[in-house]
Amino acid sequence: MSNYLKLIGLGVLTVFFMIAAGYARDLAYQTHAVILMLVAAGLFLHTLRNTDEPRLPVATGDYFDSVVRAGVIATSFWGVAGFLVGTFIAFQLAFPVLNFDWSEGYANFGRLRPLHTSAVIFAFGGNALIATSFYVVQRTSAARLWGGNLAWFVFWGYQLFIVLAATGYLLGGTQSKEYAEPEWYIDLWLTVVWVAYLAVFLGTIIKRKEPHIYVANWFYLAFIVTVAMLHVVNNLTIPVSIWGSKSVIIWPGVQDAMVQWWYGHNAVGFFLTAGFLGMMYYFIPKQAERPVYSYKLSIIHFWALIFLYIWAGPHHLHYTALPDWASTLGMVFSIVLWMPSWGGMINGLMTLSGAWDKLRTDPVLRMLVISVGFYGMSTFEGPMMSIRAVNSLSHYTDWTIGHVHSGALGWNGMITFGCLYYLTPVLWKRAGLYSLSLVSWHFWLATIGIVLYAASMWVTGIMEGLMWREVDANGFLVWSFADTVAAKLPMYVMRGLGGVMYLSGSLIMCYNLWMTVRRAPAKEASLSVAVPAE
Amino acid sequence: MAILDKHKILETNATLLLICSFLVVTIGGLVQITPLFYLENTIEEVEGMRPYTPLELAGRDIYIREGCYVCHSQMIRPMRDEVERYGHYSLAAESMYDHPFQWGSKRTGPDLARVGGRYSDEWHLDHLRDPQAVVPESVMPKYDFLERTRLDGEHIGDLLATNAIVGVPYSDEMIAEAQRDFRAQADPDSDYDGLLERYGEAVNVRNFDGQPWVSEMDALIAYLQMLGTLVDFSTFTPDASR
Repeated sequence: MSNYLKLIGLGVLTVFFMIAAGYARDLAYQTHAVILMLVAAGLFLHTLRNTDEPRLPVATGDYFDSVVRAGVIATSFWGVAGFLVGTFIAFQLAFPVLNFDWSEGYANFGRLRPLHTSAVIFAFGGNALIATSFYVVQRTSAARLWGGNLAWFVFWGYQLFIVLAATGYLLGGTQSKEYAEPEWYIDLWLTVVWVAYLAVFLGTIIKRKEPHIYVANWFYLAFIVTVAMLHVVNNLTIPVSIWGSKSVIIWPGVQDAMVQWWYGHNAVGFFLTAGFLGMMYYFIPKQAERPVYSYKLSIIHFWALIFLYIWAGPHHLHYTALPDWASTLGMVFSIVLWMPSWGGMINGLMTLSGAWDKLRTDPVLRMLVISVGFYGMSTFEGPMMSIRAVNSLSHYTDWTIGHVHSGALGWNGMITFGCLYYLTPVLWKRAGLYSLSLVSWHFWLATIGIVLYAASMWVTGIMEGLMWREVDANGFLVWSFADTVAAKLPMYVMRGLGGVMYLSGSLIMCYNLWMTVRRAPAKEASLSVAVPAE
Repeated sequence: MAILDKHKILETNATLLLICSFLVVTIGGLVQITPLFYLENTIEEVEGMRPYTPLELAGRDIYIREGCYVCHSQMIRPMRDEVERYGHYSLAAESMYDHPFQWGSKRTGPDLARVGGRYSDEWHLDHLRDPQAVVPESVMPKYDFLERTRLDGEHIGDLLATNAIVGVPYSDEMIAEAQRDFRAQADPDSDYDGLLERYGEAVNVRNFDGQPWVSEMDALIAYLQMLGTLVDFSTFTPDASR
């Protein structure tokens, strides 16, 4: 019966998207209507073919790992895609001829940059978070994922969100709010997927067999619920028409700036920090085979981190038309935030107490540990840059770009690579990775790539900041803006090379993971029934 | 510590943990965002601000679509070099009709908050067609395709109406006449009295790109040429602090 209802629903949707494609007012909307029509029609056919077929018994006893395997593949794929676009646009900034004439603007820097940021944050990072949270919550709750196929809905729904957002940027569908560029209907879809994600995650915790909720799950839970709040408030828009992608945000000027950076900074704070700390709290103890260093520290730094982070947004708006009281609050809380951030770093690093020798023999653990090192470095650099006097120099310059990348490439990238290296043999039931020396190659390529990237951006950032403000003895500005652009060229090339190294490392990882699945010997007597506190 | 032992209550109850985390993360935003809507000195009292004309609003959408905000800020900070280079520091009032704001976060290119009137239409045309032909050091992409895309302003009234819903003071008349005003601004031979009556005498009415029809280039240059030109700074007295 439910199949017939599904068929009616999917049929109606297919027709609706067909009509939408016809009435479409802009190219992005039209393309999306066609994509959605094809998806709905495909699901219709799929449902039709399975109607009145005998049902296979649904497995309930063991862990729901097929969706995690899909997540591992998606994370690797989007990671490479995001790094590739990033490397390309890095060279576009050095050599503007790479904004090709034949692409008629579709591949200009202004459209590819949101594609890059969304691909690495939401596609690579988001898939890593969903996959690892589904893995960790099952192991630490000794329970199969709640909601049956809802987990598959979350996975495929999220991939659809990525495809719609990415194609939208190329075709000009954007609301120009950084890291929240997708237009209104994509935002609505993400909200649906995100609520399903919360339901699966929370449902699994609620049916856990362990009395306590493990610390990694606190972080994942705070990340999911906070991102939901940020996403909804920052994207409150009124569509101009249901047949077009354009919408008008309800917040005006200065209030919109405040809401945007409240969102923007906490996309960093919760998406890229709290969620990834959840990864740290499970995978570092597992790989090091040591318990978490301090239980008390984890309680204190969890509550302090989520309370303080949300205040830090206005440090993006120093000296702007935002009232001073707001940016001062943002600065003060950003500096205080240094402490819980380092609390997390200490808890992660000290977990290796008694196991430091493993760093010599285990390149996967080395990757996880250096990611925490980069986390500590960028959570020191961040509070420093939020100080008003420092910010007056660093704001609007490449220094900010360097800071973001030491966090994103160093912390988020490296810990995700470590998790992928941990998960692949476990999920495909292999005795170990195909090659540990390839992991070492990846480690060094990525690390040197980050160093090249961050160092060149420190140099250009501070250089251009100083050049902009330099005045001569008579009080005239010394440099024209164009002079500062020309001066940055060598460092821009260097930055691009750093990106090439980082990208090469990730390609080596993909090869290694692929060969692990294909070639590595199978693990004997694998046990995948629910065992508490694995 | 005894208080940390109480944490067991949260650690064993998923719903309670969820609710407490949510309450903790709402506080910062509430304190920082809500006062901005009722504190009177958030937005200065100035003379001269008006909503964008239909053509300027269409140009602003092209600015957003092409991701210009990725490399150009529209927020001049009150520092000596910035005021010297770009003009009077930006006021909150100057973006009061911006949905969304376009302050930007990065200056790969120069700030554009007061670019209006600084260069001629021909300069903008040459520069957008081929930036390196005008500024050899520039790393800006070419936007010559904007000239080739025609605009008819068919849905521009809907865009104004939606802006009116969120609080931009567009009158019913402005919305009704939107398409006519849209065309009139790019055609100095047309009857543009209505446009000037509705949006003020200072509106630029010119054929911005030199072509007989309205193109995306017209709209973008119309937008760039009005940026930062509205406020009358001779009547403005800044607050000591805000």
